[in-house]
Amino acid sequence: MAKILSIVESAYRATLEEQDDTVLWFNHMLANAGVELAVLLRGNAVNYLSRGQEVGELTFGSAGLGNPPKLGEDVAALKARGKVPVYYVEEDARERGLEGSGLVEAGPVSRAELPRFVAGYDRVFHW
Amino acid sequence: MSQYLLIESRDSFEFGDVAYLHDLARGLAKEGHAVTLFLVQNGVLPARPSAQSERLTRLARGGVEVLADDFSLKERGISAGSLADGVRAAPIERVVDLLAEGSTRAIWH
Amino acid sequence: MSTITILSMDAPYESANSTTALRIVDAAIRKGHNVNVFAYEGAVSYTLTTQKPHQNPVKGTSVEEERHPTTKDWVAGLLAAAGEKGVKLDWVRCGLCEDERGAFDQVPGTRRGGPADFVKQVAASDNVLVIPTK
Repeated sequence: MAKILSIVESAYRATLEEQDDTVLWFNHMLANAGVELAVLLRGNAVNYLSRGQEVGELTFGSAGLGNPPKLGEDVAALKARGKVPVYYVEEDARERGLEGSGLVEAGPVSRAELPRFVAGYDRVFHW
Repeated sequence: MSQYLLIESRDSFEFGDVAYLHDLARGLAKEGHAVTLFLVQNGVLPARPSAQSERLTRLARGGVEVLADDFSLKERGISAGSLADGVRAAPIERVVDLLAEGSTRAIWH
Repeated sequence: MSTITILSMDAPYESANSTTALRIVDAAIRKGHNVNVFAYEGAVSYTLTTQKPHQNPVKGTSVEEERHPTTKDWVAGLLAAAGEKGVKLDWVRCGLCEDERGAFDQVPGTRRGGPADFVKQVAASDNVLVIPTK
């Protein structure tokens, strides 16, 4: 199958109701199915690399979140054991005050490099 | 070199992030790829000559084929005959034709 | 003839994306292409058989006068059109997405599946378009 780049820009969309980011989840499932895949985080999704993301207590009456999403860990899990390379647009991170040790490790791609980076893949799924 | 179909569903009046797709289109065209930017839904709003349409004209001059979905134009009362320079109306079938060419890389924004 | 796979995420009635997705499917069928659809997340609601048209009190129209097909009718129409054209429309609905939404009553001719089905659709396609939600 083709080499696929998933560009993820949606962030924190229904992640509490889902107890997951369903786009990251879907990409995990694609990788588990043997798809050759890389993930590029852009826009607000670069914040998934931020350390210290934590969901506080959330209950409605007696119904509470059983398993709050841990999005930084989900990104790290994608990378674990070389499963899926994870990249991010470095200017998007910098504009959001995200730099250096405050970030889960991922491969920076500059905006200027983006066209050539995208062209290195056979298919692009944009989320 | 490859063929790219970039579909922009958002308008630049409401979404500053449209610039990202324009930059990608421009950069891919500069690298020598064939690039079609297909505007759909509110993405066609800047196709009407306005403060925002100059960006589309510049893209077209830079070698990007800029098309606006004729159905979306009509829905918004934008005449296909008076679009910004460099922008042409096109039917949704154009998207299908490009997708049917398996080598086209398609991105929806 | 080509095979095109479209992944759609938007629920009906919430965004223009869902209609455009159907327009692309329709145009592809008319042109004689096979189409795979993977309905992810809210898109599993396109095909709920429990959808009901309603009257319009602002316009003063009855259900009959409104003549308002719901999205399940559109998809059923596309399935029929594909059959008449002799092309394949494989409409797969994300099962886990259906479960959490209680979206169980579904148009016949569509099928429940998961990401592994999307992988198979992609592997068998000439091209893929992911239409994300915002």
